[in-house]
Amino acid sequence: MDNKIKQENSYWFATLRLLGIILVIWAVVAFGASIIFAEFLNRFQLGGYPLGFWFSQQGSIYIFVALIFIYTFFMDRIDRKYDVHEN
Amino acid sequence: MSLQVTIYIVVGLTFLLYIGIAVWSRAKSTSDFYVAGATVNPVMNGMATAADWMSAASFISMAGMISIMGYGGSVFLMGWTGGYVLLAMLLAPYLRKFGKFTVPQFIRDRFYSKAASAVAVICLLFASLTYIIGQMTGVGVAFSRFLGVSNNVGIYIGMAVVFAYAVFGGMKGITYTQIAQYCVLIFAYTIPAIFISLQLTGNPIPQIGLGSSMAGTDVALLTNLDKVVTELGFNQYTTNVAGSKLNMSLFTLSLMIGTAGLPHVIMRFFTVPSVKAARRSAGWTLIFIAILYTTAPAVGAMAKYNLHATVTPGITRNMDVFAEGSSLKASERPDWMKRWENTGLLKWEDKNSDGRIQYYNDQTKDQNVIAKAQEAGWKGNELDVNADIIVLANPEIAMLPNWVIALVAAGGLAAALSTAAGLLMAISAAISHDLVKGIFAPKMTEKTELWVGKLAMAFSIVVAGWLGLNPPGFAAGTVALAFGIAASTLFPALMMGIFSIRMNKEGAIAGMLSGLFVTLFYVFAHKGIFFIQGTQFVDLIGGPNSFFGITPEAFGAVGAVCNFIVAIIVSRFTKSPPLEVQQLVKAVRIPRGSKNIKGAH
Repeated sequence: MDNKIKQENSYWFATLRLLGIILVIWAVVAFGASIIFAEFLNRFQLGGYPLGFWFSQQGSIYIFVALIFIYTFFMDRIDRKYDVHEN
Repeated sequence: MSLQVTIYIVVGLTFLLYIGIAVWSRAKSTSDFYVAGATVNPVMNGMATAADWMSAASFISMAGMISIMGYGGSVFLMGWTGGYVLLAMLLAPYLRKFGKFTVPQFIRDRFYSKAASAVAVICLLFASLTYIIGQMTGVGVAFSRFLGVSNNVGIYIGMAVVFAYAVFGGMKGITYTQIAQYCVLIFAYTIPAIFISLQLTGNPIPQIGLGSSMAGTDVALLTNLDKVVTELGFNQYTTNVAGSKLNMSLFTLSLMIGTAGLPHVIMRFFTVPSVKAARRSAGWTLIFIAILYTTAPAVGAMAKYNLHATVTPGITRNMDVFAEGSSLKASERPDWMKRWENTGLLKWEDKNSDGRIQYYNDQTKDQNVIAKAQEAGWKGNELDVNADIIVLANPEIAMLPNWVIALVAAGGLAAALSTAAGLLMAISAAISHDLVKGIFAPKMTEKTELWVGKLAMAFSIVVAGWLGLNPPGFAAGTVALAFGIAASTLFPALMMGIFSIRMNKEGAIAGMLSGLFVTLFYVFAHKGIFFIQGTQFVDLIGGPNSFFGITPEAFGAVGAVCNFIVAIIVSRFTKSPPLEVQQLVKAVRIPRGSKNIKGAH
């Protein structure tokens, strides 16, 4: 029983760590690249897009999609590692 | 075939399709009515959720807002997509594991309190009703154009159609119908964008076209657009910040956490078979949404360019915009302008009686522009275009074939109807199931419950339609207010319910009430008490946007912070939740053991 609780605790810790990492990337893209540093990034061009503008109207959305699938992938692995996955 | 007839045919055919599907899969029990027996697969569920999610605000209004706001319009793009990352990671899998129908049910069990559940219902009603007001604004625009009537008549017709539509089927009918609606709306959105991108840049993919050069030149489309709008006194398109960076950040954050806290979206994740599927479903939903959301910036920018090129044709011939003959002769204005004049959403007035239409920013601070306009004899801006018509008028402005214009009308209606129906389901479930049955009349039969739900729907439509006649803003702006309310009330309560074992009922109730109060106070100060015109009290709080320059649409983020802080402080000074609730929270965090939810009890 003790063992099970310990395992559940470390499962939750691993989950929180993954969430933390993804949330940091999420915030850096959405608020960093797209808003706070947009002016600076606008000095660079991506085709006809100023880069900061591209992040805010295109890039951020692609990265959000990627983040969710990265999350599901690693979450599946964590589920299995701690043997809490569904059958 | 005339344009009007083509529109009737295309819209009629799509409606037949939805109704056919709804009849074919009609809801039989309460469980069917709300969650389709938890059997929908992640890709299908993602598509249906995307249709449910992308409302009149996304389809009809958003690109118009981007068109007007330029870079500042990014708040909608990022806010309404970035929220899915939060939803997928912080809420969806855990709420699925919890295995109940509705948000107030989760709140009631997690916070072991009927009072908490009642507070959640109130928050949910505020958010959903505000959301529907925004939808009604969009529906009004779509119907007024589509039937050639005034905007108000358009709203009345929209109310009747939405009601008939929502009462007819339950969630199961809606799930399959919404898959069809997704297909209609995504085609309707992307096809004109492809045509226009091809016309302007020679590249058929709008996402790439927006970053390409104008066809036949080596000047980037965005550079050219920046030049044209600044010459006419508007702010530079690619750098025009919405208020301030702080306001833009909070606006985006507010829409993000509102996305994760909106009951009608969360409900969708109860309909997938497993916790794993709930995570995947959020990813698929966002893919389907991203197709429209990455197209929208191209639609907005290109519509803006085309609009200026129509009204000030001089810009396409490299003329000085202020030169004689650069602006459009009123007598030669295209038919689409006349058609939209009928709805009252496009107006022009020949202020300097020169028979031409001058469209520029007469409020500009650019002395150069002011001097040139004066010299040219311009006496103020003569054209007023409502932001909400840009998407619907876009194919007409670009002179695309009639069937494309008809398709866009059908897509706009699909978007508005599907979301309105999803919201009405959430309202009806909250009132009949969580409020009346859960608290006042536990012995009510299933049949009475369904009736109470339908009554609640009818009531909501009437209220929303009435307020939609004098909307607090453009469709997307009004909908943003709804997100602010969800962000400041439901999201923090749900999140703390999962991530904090120590959070108790006192904390949750105090948090939700303070978030709701703070947000509504600020919003009502700007927009009127319950959005009733003339009841604004903005002077009381020291003028518009007086709190660090934050607009009411962005204030949900502040409300959410308030909610978190109050909830944490109150919970520290009150009793811990009972042991079985603490066990429940631990169980919710573990995927194993999730089962299909059945029945309502």
